[in-house]
Amino acid sequence: MTQIRRIPGTAIAAHAVLITYTIIALFPVFVILINSFKTRRAIFRDPLGLPTEETFSLIGYQTVFKQGDFFLYFQNSMIVTVVSLTLILLFGAMAAFALAEYRFKGNTLMGLYLALGIMIPIRIGTVAILEMMVSTGLVNTLVALILVYTAQGLPLAVFILSEFMKGVSDDLKNAGRIDGLSEYKIFFRLVLPLVRPAMATVAVFNMIPIWNDLWFPLILAPAEEVKTLTLGSQVFIGQFVTDWNAVLSALSMAILPVMVLYVIFSRQLIRGITSGAVK
Amino acid sequence: MTALKLENVNKFFGSVHVLKDINLTVEEGEFVVFVGPSGCGKSTLLRVIAGLEDASSGTVTIGDDVVNTVPPAKRGIAMVFQSYALYPHLTVKDNMGLGLKQEGQPRAVVEERVSKASKMLDLEEYATRRPAELSGGQRQRVAIGRSIVRDPKLFLFDEPLSNLDAALRMNTRVEIAELHRTLSASMIYVTHDQIEAMTLADRIVVLRDGRVEQVGTPMELYNNPANRFVASFLGSPSMNFLERSVPGVPDGQTIGIRPEHLRLAQSGRISGRVTHVERLGGDTNLLVNTDQGETVTVRLFGQDPTEVGDVVRLEFAADDAFYFNEAQERIFEAAA
Repeated sequence: MTQIRRIPGTAIAAHAVLITYTIIALFPVFVILINSFKTRRAIFRDPLGLPTEETFSLIGYQTVFKQGDFFLYFQNSMIVTVVSLTLILLFGAMAAFALAEYRFKGNTLMGLYLALGIMIPIRIGTVAILEMMVSTGLVNTLVALILVYTAQGLPLAVFILSEFMKGVSDDLKNAGRIDGLSEYKIFFRLVLPLVRPAMATVAVFNMIPIWNDLWFPLILAPAEEVKTLTLGSQVFIGQFVTDWNAVLSALSMAILPVMVLYVIFSRQLIRGITSGAVK
Repeated sequence: MTALKLENVNKFFGSVHVLKDINLTVEEGEFVVFVGPSGCGKSTLLRVIAGLEDASSGTVTIGDDVVNTVPPAKRGIAMVFQSYALYPHLTVKDNMGLGLKQEGQPRAVVEERVSKASKMLDLEEYATRRPAELSGGQRQRVAIGRSIVRDPKLFLFDEPLSNLDAALRMNTRVEIAELHRTLSASMIYVTHDQIEAMTLADRIVVLRDGRVEQVGTPMELYNNPANRFVASFLGSPSMNFLERSVPGVPDGQTIGIRPEHLRLAQSGRISGRVTHVERLGGDTNLLVNTDQGETVTVRLFGQDPTEVGDVVRLEFAADDAFYFNEAQERIFEAAA
């Protein structure tokens, strides 16, 4: 007890707030996880109870795996998310570099134009996007989703990254120019490694909404072979009957890849490699 | 042969005229220092020479070639930056060798030149370290090494000592001077520090507001400044400018006297009261408030017993005084 008293009150308060928030945030995930391992009856009788010997069941996972296409959905989601993120980071960083590095007419205007997308929800344009996809024959392809998500992610990426690019030392870029590096090499070899923490931020911001999105997969790519995980899980939710075991199992598994990606990116967030580059 | 020739170089940023009609010639093997207050355009001028900025008009000639449209890497220059600008992901060795590798030099040549430069700068034991693992002084030596390795026609230094602490600054200054002697290369050095300018330069170019105020050897500028700006910029403590305190100076004219040319004398022409004394051991600096309300710095050699509050009279030799008119230009016929 004496030990606790020595800790300043503010630290306790801060931790209390943080712990409360963590519990609130993790509670739904926790409920999904424990219920995915229970029988259907147990889910309804005691939704908050931990699986016991009697109530433990893998029936949900078995259903999901028997459904067969689940791995395909999984793969589709993975492809869409990873490719979209790659394109967002690549093009976002390139645009940001141009805006931050080069003086040209309409630079500020271009920056504003590119950032405008942050304020306008892309879903407003759904009908037009669908019409475009139909006329280009991209409906029911992963490309359609990748294009839409890339467009959706770019504004914020450009906005955040250009601020960070402005912070990269001019001297470093000029040293590269004097050593004969091309602008591309300066971008890829000197600047990108230095803005890696910002890139990770942008990746994390964009990853979750893309992975979880139901709207665009439902509208642009509802065909069986291009379904994403979120859309695929909907087969277990019927109008009248819902296979809760399967839904919860599918959702539990859907958490894993995002968590892996998040761990990868968040390590980049923490690592600062700029030290020593310039004073 | 000339190492660098600038003819009527102008530079505009939008509507701001940053460099105004710069004409300058740097001879082979010469050490030229650009000096001036911040915002005078000295760094911009260096960047125009390096090719990092384009001149809005005029020609830049390095060696025998007009290089206005040549990219920085092909101008035969090397540059050392204030912030070192080392590549954080490369080792010391690779930092120095990158430029040569980009030129497509064979590996043996790169190795040889890098190790030669490392030896010259005492960097051999750090060859495999990354910049983050080096101290400020070592980093700056690597940056200098990177420029030596390229064997350029012209070295450009952009305030290379500004980030170093005082002791290290002195050492690195001596190293750069030695480097200039060993390589006998042409160098251009930008600084706002007049001590660096005075100690390193063969010739100093004083810049103000994008214009060349005066060019000459350090002693020429010190002994014979063209105007009040140059007179005040060089020398520490800086020159005293008096309008009223010396009898016989006409209205509108200013007399300039360096602190070390003033001495205490019973019958001195300037009289005032000591307001502050700085005892440096070797020198003693007095701040004197004259009867006419102007402040004069006096530099006395050795130690002096004068105390704050003492009433003193100051004298100077007529040869040591400079006269300036209202436009701050030097005038040669002393009015009195």
